[in-house]
Amino acid sequence: MLMVAPGIAAWGLMTGVAMATSGMHTSEVLAMAILVFAGSSQLAAIPLIGAGAPLWVILATAFCVNLRFVVFSAHLRGYLMHLPRMQRLMVGYFVADLTYVLFTKRYPVPGATEAERIDQMAYLAGNATINWLSWTVCSVLGVVLANYIPPAWGLGFAGVLALTGILCSLATSRMRVLSAILGALVAIMGYALPLKLNILLAIAVSVVLCMLLESYAAPTAQEA
Amino acid sequence: MEAIMAYLNAWGLNDAQPWTLLTILLMACITVVTRSFFFISDAPWTLPSWAQRGMQYAPIAALAAVVLPEVLMTQGVFIHTLADARIYGALAGGAYFFWRRGSGQAVLGTIVVGMSVYIPLHLGLQW
Repeated sequence: MLMVAPGIAAWGLMTGVAMATSGMHTSEVLAMAILVFAGSSQLAAIPLIGAGAPLWVILATAFCVNLRFVVFSAHLRGYLMHLPRMQRLMVGYFVADLTYVLFTKRYPVPGATEAERIDQMAYLAGNATINWLSWTVCSVLGVVLANYIPPAWGLGFAGVLALTGILCSLATSRMRVLSAILGALVAIMGYALPLKLNILLAIAVSVVLCMLLESYAAPTAQEA
Repeated sequence: MEAIMAYLNAWGLNDAQPWTLLTILLMACITVVTRSFFFISDAPWTLPSWAQRGMQYAPIAALAAVVLPEVLMTQGVFIHTLADARIYGALAGGAYFFWRRGSGQAVLGTIVVGMSVYIPLHLGLQW
């Protein structure tokens, strides 16, 4: 996680700058930077808040942009059910995209023993802490320094590069590469969809097609 | 309470609208609900194994769906030019990753190499 923290930091910085230049009051922007902890839903909600959209529209938009986390939560369930509910909700709040990706990459299956589970939770906590700190501190900095960092520098691209590195590290099989290509194609073709639904559609199409292809290519291996 | 208000006033942070603050708090709740969605309930339930298998394709698809439009689209339209610094930044970063894959610094190197290709092209040539 420390390896990607500079990318998260630059990305948080640029999100902070974008929020600060949106016309919202400084205190509101700071509250959002510290509390919401979901960059894409923040950036999607800001124009709606500015336009005086009804509360339910803003919340529905935030929910849709966050739908990918619902998919992640189904995956994480097996890793977390040994915790009491309040702790699970805490974990849920802090586990954003990169923490989820790195955690499931490092631990492909949920811990079977107490020691394994403690090990996994320790990794999750450390990873999420670094992610939260670098994101939150830098987006607050971005809000404060907004007047001095022109968006034209393109520092936000560092966040894209951080995600690119993670993307490459996940490309460990041909089927996964196919999943990435399908996801990118659908997301680009569906870009005009509202509420960032193109991302969700891309995930759904990739997962379904890859699973269909998998069962078509190796039906006997799966029945075994 | 008065001390807090005086402090906020001194920093110019007394301008929040209650309605907007409520919106922000509810957005934080949305963050918790979506990220915890399938492990809020205590009811015994495990993901079917076919779904477990399918899940391995979700993260890479999600990342590709977020990253590639950021590199290949401008204002919601697919780019029509090769004079775009993002293409070369991302290619250089990816190439570095596969050259150095396995080393602990591969992702950090992806960022550093990618930015050192991107910034000169972007600021120098206005790509």
